[in-house]
Amino acid sequence: MPNLIRHDGIHTDNWTIVHPPAEGEAVEVPEGPALLPAAIWKDKRQELTGRNDIGFWLDSHEEPEDLADYVNEVPVIGVNFPKFSDGRGYSIARLLRERFGFRNELRAVGDVLLDQLFYMKRCGFDAYALREDKNPDDAEYCLNVFSHAYQGAVDDDTPLFRRRWAS
Amino acid sequence: MYVYDEYDRQILKERVVQFRHQTERALRGELEEHEFLPLRLQNGLYVQRFAPMLRMAIPYGMLRSRQLRRLAEVTRDFDKGYAHFTTRQNLQLNWPAVEDVPDVLEALSEVEMHANQTSGNCIRNTTTDQFAGVQKDEIVDPRPYCELIRQWSTYHPEFAFLPRKFKIAVNASPSTDRAAVQVHDIGLELHRNDAGELGFRVYVGGGLGRTPMVGPVIREFIPERDVLTYLEAILRVYNRYGRRDNKFKARIKILVKATTPEKFAELVEAEWEQIRNTPTRLTPEAIEQMKGFFTEPDYEDLEDNPPALTEALSASKAFSNWHTRNVSEHKKPGYAIVTLTLKQTGVPTGDVSDRQLEAIADLADEYSFGEVRVTHEQNVVLADVRQDRLQELWEALRPLGFATANLGTLTDMICCPGGDFCALANAKSIPVAEAIQREFDDLDFLYDLGDIDLNISGCMNACGHHHVGNIGVLGVDKKGQEFYQISLGGSSRRDASVGKILGPSFAREDMPTVVKDIIQVYVDHRTEEETFLDTYRRIGMSPFKERVYA
Repeated sequence: MPNLIRHDGIHTDNWTIVHPPAEGEAVEVPEGPALLPAAIWKDKRQELTGRNDIGFWLDSHEEPEDLADYVNEVPVIGVNFPKFSDGRGYSIARLLRERFGFRNELRAVGDVLLDQLFYMKRCGFDAYALREDKNPDDAEYCLNVFSHAYQGAVDDDTPLFRRRWAS
Repeated sequence: MYVYDEYDRQILKERVVQFRHQTERALRGELEEHEFLPLRLQNGLYVQRFAPMLRMAIPYGMLRSRQLRRLAEVTRDFDKGYAHFTTRQNLQLNWPAVEDVPDVLEALSEVEMHANQTSGNCIRNTTTDQFAGVQKDEIVDPRPYCELIRQWSTYHPEFAFLPRKFKIAVNASPSTDRAAVQVHDIGLELHRNDAGELGFRVYVGGGLGRTPMVGPVIREFIPERDVLTYLEAILRVYNRYGRRDNKFKARIKILVKATTPEKFAELVEAEWEQIRNTPTRLTPEAIEQMKGFFTEPDYEDLEDNPPALTEALSASKAFSNWHTRNVSEHKKPGYAIVTLTLKQTGVPTGDVSDRQLEAIADLADEYSFGEVRVTHEQNVVLADVRQDRLQELWEALRPLGFATANLGTLTDMICCPGGDFCALANAKSIPVAEAIQREFDDLDFLYDLGDIDLNISGCMNACGHHHVGNIGVLGVDKKGQEFYQISLGGSSRRDASVGKILGPSFAREDMPTVVKDIIQVYVDHRTEEETFLDTYRRIGMSPFKERVYA
């Protein structure tokens, strides 16, 4: 089983990520916990109100604005990193947290490696589906590489200049 | 100059530990090469044609003598005893070993230096005018803002994996632009609005490379306190919508052009409206505190043109030539700005030895309050020299090879390392620069020609800024042979423009003659007051073409 890193430690990832169906095909909602493609979830949200183990995921080119009104209806939102070098997910995460007020679990999925965990945490992620070949024991260090940050972000919106030079 | 506090020291220390950890994992094979790539790039480490290359950051070009001495040690201990000043106010080592780089970074961190974000698809070193804070003609000193931007951009969690690299430059001089802000991803120009408030004019989407463009203004005035939130809005729009499918179309200039500057500005404004009042908005206290780091040194009350200077000027033509070309006016009476030219014929442009770095440090301590600046034209500046000690300084500079009195002239070229060092290059650039310097070895003739920017790049990535040279030289590869294409009419100043291609390219051995022909056309056509660029703009390309291809 792959590992799911949360800030309290390493968990087993038993969530299914449902991929967008080929054209003309229907999506089957799994029995267990699952993340649906955002557009599919939006279509089915009325019929899923009874399920507290279904969330949705956004791909890096998708617009979180489309889901802005519904974010807190799900326990988990996934943001996909198709390649770790695709940085759009960082902006999506900040928008979900800072603009649309998402309060539940924000999970990085896809090409999630160790050396991006600190930046992800700062942008509002609190769960990371670490790629299976990476050592989860390094995650705690990588999540806490720096003890201070210059900028305000989701984890702490106060930039260093305000702390150093308080009015 | 900015001085680190406990926060800065702690953050930098943790960065060194982080990179050591990453390097060890990469050497053990736990990180794949493509996974290590952006990590090492964002710590300045390239893998080059013959060896790795380490680009060390010199934020907005400012260095203390202590830092210069450490750079000299690093150059000696981890490299072959010489380093290279780049066209973005940084310093490169050409031959470090990958496994030594964490040690180099640790040695740098002890003197508040690093190689942060000097490469990779992130926000790079913010650059500015090398005469910041000492020139007469300046709205305010731009360096406090550069440092605020440096801190904001350092390890910014949202913008470490942009579509492509991102360069910001700041200018505060209303009459000139030594920072080339209009050919940067973002150019910021300090000015006052009608109410007398301080703020920035914002250019976005300028740049060189394959698709050279002069950046349009997307906002005439952003108040100083709002500059970081406004930058954040621009970067967010770019991070979300910049192209990621094609490396050559990924710079922000392509996005700005495709969406149109007007529409792009609307996107930025809409984003900014949402974040303008977040704590990222600068406080008056932060601006004041930062300005406190860039105060004037202990100037003495002096008069302009002291006898020691005027006598020396009339006694020596060589000193007088140097004074005319390499010494600039200072805002304080009795002081002068001196540019040390790293453009001696026979020495690759921008190269310095460890001994020279130490000599510059000694000169800075002796003549200029222990500080120097690095220019994007690959020279070094002593910004606060007493006029009555100029002759003494000149005598000290001559044996070191720093007194070539050619600042701003044809032989004060910008030149990338080219095919001698760089893996990307299509052609060598250093031998072309040298051949042209040898052709134009008559200083009086150079002075008569006046200010001419000749810029050489070894490939279309344009590190040598050839597009904005009055005369630009671009190395191209034709079936394995090196050729050189010439463009005319470029400028990186306030009248920024991209040069136009003269015609078919030339073999390397023909280059000195070709440049000579181009110069001859200027000499034949110029009016008394015209610079090369003025004449070109008046008479156009045809006379040059006719002469060169005759």
